[in-house]
Amino acid sequence: MSLLLEPSAAMIKEQKLYREMGLTDEEFARIEAILGRLPNYTETGIFSVMWSEHCSYKNSKPVLKKFPTDGPHVLQGPGEGAGIVDIGDGLAVAFKIESHNHPSAIEPYQGAATGVGGIIRDVFSMGARPIALLNSLRFGELTSPRVKYLFEQVVAGIAGYGNCVGIPTVGGEVQFDPAYEGNPLVNAMCVGIIRHEDIQRGIATGVGNTVMYVGAKTGRDGIHGATFASEELSEQSEAKRPAVQVGDPFMEKLLLEACLEAVKSDALVGIQDMGAAGLTSSSAEMASKGGFGIEMNLDLVPQREAGMTPYEMMLSESQERMLLVVKQGREDEIAAIFAKYGLEAKAIGKVTDDKMLRLLFRGEVAAEIPVDALAKDAPVYYKPSKEPAYYREFQMMAPYIPVIEDYNATLLGLLAQPTIASKEWVYDQYDYMVRTNTVVAPGSDAAVVRIRGTNKALALTTDCNSRYLYLDPEVGGKIAVAEAARNVVCSGAKPLAITDCLNFGSPEKPEIFWQLEKAVDGMSEACRALGTPVVSGNVSLYNETNGVAVYPTPVVGMVGLIEDLSHITTQTFKQAGDLIYVIGEAKPEFGGSELQKWLEGYIFGKAPELDLAVEARRQRQLMAAIRAGVVASAHDVAEGGLAVALAECLMGALGLGAKVTIGGDLVSELFSETQSRFVVSVKKEQKEAFEQLVEAKQIGEVTGDGILTVNGGQGETIIRLSVDEMRNVWKGAIPCLLKSKD
Amino acid sequence: MKFAVIVFPGSNCDVDMYHAIADELGEEVEYVWHDEDDLDRFDAILLPGGFSYGDYLRSGAIARFSKVMAAVKKAAEAGKPVLGVCNGFQILLEAGLLPGAMRRNQGLKFICRPVQLAVENNETMFTSAYEKGEVITIPIAHGEGNYYCDEQTLERLVENKQIVFRYHGENPNGSLMDIAGIVNERGNVLGMMPHPERAVDALLGSADGLKLFRSIVNYWRETHVVTA
Repeated sequence: MSLLLEPSAAMIKEQKLYREMGLTDEEFARIEAILGRLPNYTETGIFSVMWSEHCSYKNSKPVLKKFPTDGPHVLQGPGEGAGIVDIGDGLAVAFKIESHNHPSAIEPYQGAATGVGGIIRDVFSMGARPIALLNSLRFGELTSPRVKYLFEQVVAGIAGYGNCVGIPTVGGEVQFDPAYEGNPLVNAMCVGIIRHEDIQRGIATGVGNTVMYVGAKTGRDGIHGATFASEELSEQSEAKRPAVQVGDPFMEKLLLEACLEAVKSDALVGIQDMGAAGLTSSSAEMASKGGFGIEMNLDLVPQREAGMTPYEMMLSESQERMLLVVKQGREDEIAAIFAKYGLEAKAIGKVTDDKMLRLLFRGEVAAEIPVDALAKDAPVYYKPSKEPAYYREFQMMAPYIPVIEDYNATLLGLLAQPTIASKEWVYDQYDYMVRTNTVVAPGSDAAVVRIRGTNKALALTTDCNSRYLYLDPEVGGKIAVAEAARNVVCSGAKPLAITDCLNFGSPEKPEIFWQLEKAVDGMSEACRALGTPVVSGNVSLYNETNGVAVYPTPVVGMVGLIEDLSHITTQTFKQAGDLIYVIGEAKPEFGGSELQKWLEGYIFGKAPELDLAVEARRQRQLMAAIRAGVVASAHDVAEGGLAVALAECLMGALGLGAKVTIGGDLVSELFSETQSRFVVSVKKEQKEAFEQLVEAKQIGEVTGDGILTVNGGQGETIIRLSVDEMRNVWKGAIPCLLKSKD
Repeated sequence: MKFAVIVFPGSNCDVDMYHAIADELGEEVEYVWHDEDDLDRFDAILLPGGFSYGDYLRSGAIARFSKVMAAVKKAAEAGKPVLGVCNGFQILLEAGLLPGAMRRNQGLKFICRPVQLAVENNETMFTSAYEKGEVITIPIAHGEGNYYCDEQTLERLVENKQIVFRYHGENPNGSLMDIAGIVNERGNVLGMMPHPERAVDALLGSADGLKLFRSIVNYWRETHVVTA
């Protein structure tokens, strides 16, 4: 739209044009009161993106306040580009997870790629060197052509971007369920390493200091991306394809290297990614945090297309751009750093003392808004919350106990479920080794990345079983955090902190808001019990298609610290003769289980229970045993229960098998998804030392026959399967589904 | 002995190459930015993997015009060891320092995984520390590693024993004759898709790549003892 065609301030009000931008009548009245006049078109656009849920968290803020965010090791909590946690030796780890769900639903390759790009910038804008990427993906069933297309393109987009930038994609998770058919979830996490003294903040201070623009030029792509992200998907969403940006990972790589050089200079005052709402959010947030104002001359903004209006420039979400505040008079030093990488750092404005965001365009003031009104004083809503009817029904149901006749077929069937099956097809496409620090590659409980120059490593994981959250968001929220911690502990690490990505439906619906509240309650309780505060995160609401919400999916990204490389542990059994132990007993809990989903086609009933005190104690014991060097392998029991966990311990062990004896109720023992359980293998000579440290039950031995044998209490054989056969089924399931034309 | 690691805009395995030489091999190594034009101070030149210039147009097609490439050619002509890995191999092909070209992987997907290689020729300055026929594990990570050349070129490669590494067992990308790495006729320029610099530490899964770098150092020592 050219400047001449823009509606006047009066038209915006009379024809309620602000509604198309997502503002309510009340919000528009509030804008009028703040400005003491009617906003023009550019100003209305700026308010609409900054007050979108995506930028302001206006609906989720009161809930997010419940998260524990403090800890002696927390150097930076939520509110900046990424959270930062101390790991000793003067080093810290910076990390954050973020969603790119809506763009990925419309244009999966670029949607996923730019999601990766955005989260990388969040981490290096803190001054941290990105060392690892993870992701958490949700799709519908792999039987529909549309889902196959989304899945293949999302994976290709993540690979295309991450591989090119040269940051290893070391882990993640993929879940398939009809709940995500129309609205896939694409969450990307980035982890960086930083020296304490290099920590940067997105802040604008010092009157007269210069605002500099670096990176790609501003184009007309992604306009109103944040607004688009804050509404439900529908048949009309396809028309919003222009709101999806296009990524250039090569530019990102140059920007990354240049910015990490620039943060070493004391000429730099503040730095922030131009993410959602681009130039608008970066300038307004930096000024608001610093307690200053910013004035920018939009004629100086590097533009990709001719004739761009202030509205378009301020709302563009063109990728690979950063905003810097540089000490007055030292612009050339910063510009020289960027010039080495062929990038121009261009002065486009200055820091002022009037706390206003003022935009000049062709010699006139195009917009003038108090920065605090856009950032910290944005509206906050306390949404009504209501327990959904389905929850009550599920709670009243009698426990579901599946009937199993053929245990061999059941185990093979579970291994072929896409959520359980090997994700090799996915991670084969990710360069998970670049930077040569990946000690434990994708496929184990958590990825392990060593920290060069130290004897330490980080264990990284993303987790969320949203089926439990759907059945019971509070218990499911606890489980999401506890499971992440289990994965980290199994790798030999102490859980440090989490980042979360809260993917929910529309908060306008009280039943959805209830899910959000309860999930956060559960997660907060688990975070307290396990000593892992929330240091960063992202909220993605309105994940609905044609009125149907996804399962509540608060993805947990956890970072753990491995104090000594010798503590690194994997899930794979190591040698014949090792003893196999199970920590924790099974209960008949099948609500939301993989088995229930497979046999019944849908989930119902109660989620498995979780006792956080028990969870914490078992994790402490296992950690102590790993540190004492008496654990050969460790794996948590998750989807599919103990039988699947045992099979998984054998997938990477060439030639090995296992022989175990199970007593009690066989269906529960083998397939229930009771929480807080682990499978551990121990060398025979360490039996006593292990048993002194861990309350566990020995169930059998690792064998050299390449067969998994499970016997019942009377010595009868219940399962006898060759590991090769299980591995073929497990590895072949996803490629097979993708190839099938049905 | 002093190694150069050439850094193009978009190189991303430069750090890995540097650490392999400095930490595991214990030799001198320096990063060289693409706009330098003098490599005379170095004894061996390493072109690392990555996505030089975003691999836009075609992998390696833009990097070959970099200022530093004239100096790389000069080093090659002087008989110094020149090793190009992954994107470095693609650049050597584009620059005409090695014959042939790369196509997209047969499966049209990027592939990252450890693969097995057979050492076809252990009489080069890059492979003397290996046994002939030795099977080693080295990771690959590429989308365009499907090596191709015309029949006459292939005949010459075979005749001159220029095929140094071949994929053993499964060929991951569809390359002609399972080719994973080739040298020039003189034998001092090696291009390979697998990443030996990623296989120098057993902690990360394999140290089979270390012998390649040791071979280079051995060669240099031998030739410099003679001339000294």
